[in-house]
Amino acid sequence: MLSIRNLTASVGDKQILKGLDLELPAGEVHAIMGPNGAGKSTLSNVLAGRDGYEVSGSATLDGVDLLELEPEQRAAKGLFLAFQYPVEIPGVGNMYFLRTALNAVRRERGEAEVSAVDFLKLAREHMARLEMDPAFLSRSVNEGFSGGEKKRNEILQMSLLEPRLAVLDETDSGLDIDALRVVATGVDGLRNPNRSMLIITHYPRLLEYVKPDKVHVLTDGRITRTGDHSLAHELEEQGYTPATAGTAS
Amino acid sequence: MSEVIDELVEREYAFGFHSDIETEYVPKGLSEEVVRLISAKKEEPEWLLEWRLAAFRHFMTMTEPTWGNVHHAPIDYQDMYYWAAPKPKGPAPKSLDEVDPEIRATFDKLGISLAEQERLSGVAVDAIIDSVSVATTFKAKLAEVGVIFCSFSEAVREHPELVRAHLGTVVPPRDNFFAALNSAVFSDGSFCYIPAGVACPMELSTYFRINAKESGQFERTLIVAEEGSTVSYLEGCTAPMRDENQLHAAVVELIAKDDASIKYSTVQNWYPGDAEGKGGIYNFVTKRGRAGARAKISWTQVETGSAITWKYPSVILQGDDSVGEFYSVAVSTNLQQADTGTKMIHIGRNTSSTIVSKGISAGRAQNTYRGQVKVLRSAVGARNHTRCDSLLIGSECGAHTFPYVEVKNDSAAVEHEASTSKISEDQLFYCRQRGLTEEDATSMIVNGFCREVFDELPMEYAVEAQALMRLSLEGAVG
Ligand SMILES: Nc1ncnc2c1ncn2[C@@H]1O[C@H](COP(=O)(O)OP(=O)(O)OP(=O)(O)O)[C@@H](O)[C@H]1O
Ligand SMILES: [Mg+2]
Repeated sequence: MLSIRNLTASVGDKQILKGLDLELPAGEVHAIMGPNGAGKSTLSNVLAGRDGYEVSGSATLDGVDLLELEPEQRAAKGLFLAFQYPVEIPGVGNMYFLRTALNAVRRERGEAEVSAVDFLKLAREHMARLEMDPAFLSRSVNEGFSGGEKKRNEILQMSLLEPRLAVLDETDSGLDIDALRVVATGVDGLRNPNRSMLIITHYPRLLEYVKPDKVHVLTDGRITRTGDHSLAHELEEQGYTPATAGTAS
Repeated sequence: MSEVIDELVEREYAFGFHSDIETEYVPKGLSEEVVRLISAKKEEPEWLLEWRLAAFRHFMTMTEPTWGNVHHAPIDYQDMYYWAAPKPKGPAPKSLDEVDPEIRATFDKLGISLAEQERLSGVAVDAIIDSVSVATTFKAKLAEVGVIFCSFSEAVREHPELVRAHLGTVVPPRDNFFAALNSAVFSDGSFCYIPAGVACPMELSTYFRINAKESGQFERTLIVAEEGSTVSYLEGCTAPMRDENQLHAAVVELIAKDDASIKYSTVQNWYPGDAEGKGGIYNFVTKRGRAGARAKISWTQVETGSAITWKYPSVILQGDDSVGEFYSVAVSTNLQQADTGTKMIHIGRNTSSTIVSKGISAGRAQNTYRGQVKVLRSAVGARNHTRCDSLLIGSECGAHTFPYVEVKNDSAAVEHEASTSKISEDQLFYCRQRGLTEEDATSMIVNGFCREVFDELPMEYAVEAQALMRLSLEGAVG
């Protein structure tokens, strides 16, 4: 499903991704861990099509070359990115934003648009699962949301948009203990055989709720190690230094 | 992103058609003779002719102001028609059904219905082409509560005492160059009178259409809200696409007596000229209101059109506890120039004013906010809050802010906030990641930026304004 080969990305003279390979089959959940500044967010940005990177190599989703597409076309193909730092859009109602986004991807998939009334009902259901106050619908997108509320709003969007591939960039950072449980359980509930997830995290806690099929270590622009779930705990105990001292998988 | 901007800047003007209406003119040029002819055409009383002539004589001693941050080739005041009107086909229409079908079709095409039972049935419309009013709807219904809503010419004929008592009391003929010109040659416009204690039962609106070539439009609007009355009024405007520049120099006077409230909204969409800056309307307008004790005057404007906009809707806060508001969205794209803002003049005690200005520039456009807050010695406890936000789209446009503050009373509280931002890459990417195209994302972000102002518009028009904004920015945003 997602296949990344020899991916590089630079900004100006600085090379950030240095030949990254990754295979993510349909239905699997992979975790990516790695030190600050290793290039994890850069990987998500490059996959999602953010401007400003010099990119080479390939990244295909269901055989389609992602790197050729505009960000909105990638979204239409089912790529969803939960942002490490969700963006505020003053004056734009969250409900309006979510519905516009949903209808944009539905149009791409050849499905009928959802009316405002039906959307409200749908959004309420999804919000209930994430224990979110419906009041968030009437506020501006992420404006004045606490860090944790923003993250929850990202997962609400993921839940509504039903992506084929979800990249979660540090969705667990900034969540309190209860919020982590609610959001993680929500994410786990979104697992299905047609959906893959790439979960970027610094902490094994999230991975207790959403058990990954594989854990990759990203250091200095490359995947340097791959293991199963237990790797997360090993890293937690030993840190990245011993791991990076070892050879790449 | 830059190609998207270029593409967006190539916007289409949807109202650029010209209607084949047989038109009669007063000969080109400006002279005492022309002023007399206009007055005669309108069968005006002697006092009004004298008023015009005094304004004309004063105008001849004045020079065009140069302080605006706008640039244009000199305007040849002798090379335009000051009066152009659809030629009447037979006697004046007695009812709306008798309005010339070509005129009716023109307004239909603009989405303005002159039929009383249609879409905006809660809105009375005065429709003006070039120099004359061609129809006013719902007059009878308004008359039931004593509201007078008619063309200015009709008001001069039917209610001369009301016109005479108020005309020029807020914007005197000598006020400024364009106000003097307007006072000399003004043609038609709307007149609204709301009797004491009456809440006007529907929105009043005037739709201005320039159709004739090489003509200027000089309309005059006067709204009088007697004590304790309320009214909400809206104006809209469009013009054909032409290579020439056409002058629109209007004067609007609002009088809100004690405890009265006037809400005046404008959706201005005059032809802005083409991408090279050729053609377009020069919109040089003087708008001012005077508020009595506890009265409120609120200006809301959405300015998307015109090659040049020069306008500063203002409030004289004369009565104690009176309130003035100014909410503005001004969009300029291509080579458009907008120099707009407001003046709040605090005279009464505990007067308060709010200014919210949102300027959006794209392409090579220049957008200037120019505002003045003046607190006189008498204005004990006056308060003003001003916020000016500018949004830049692309890198070749400009935003400028000139706030002038003059406070003569120590108890006054005057606050000013200003910001200039670009549409952020982060916001665009976030929206696009969620599946929105770059245009949709931009339009959404810009509409969000203007939200506070759109919220002030009457419902139907808020929707229209958003659509218009989208249209203006089509290709201008990226
Ligand atoms: N636009 C840019 N210009 C210059 N350097 C950049 C740019 N974007 C990222 N970098 C650098 O590239 C490196 C990787 O950044 P990235 O955000 O991908 O790290 P990360 O692995 O997500 O880190 P964290 O765990 O702290 O979120 C960092 O050193 C960062 O400073
Ligand atoms: Mg990161």
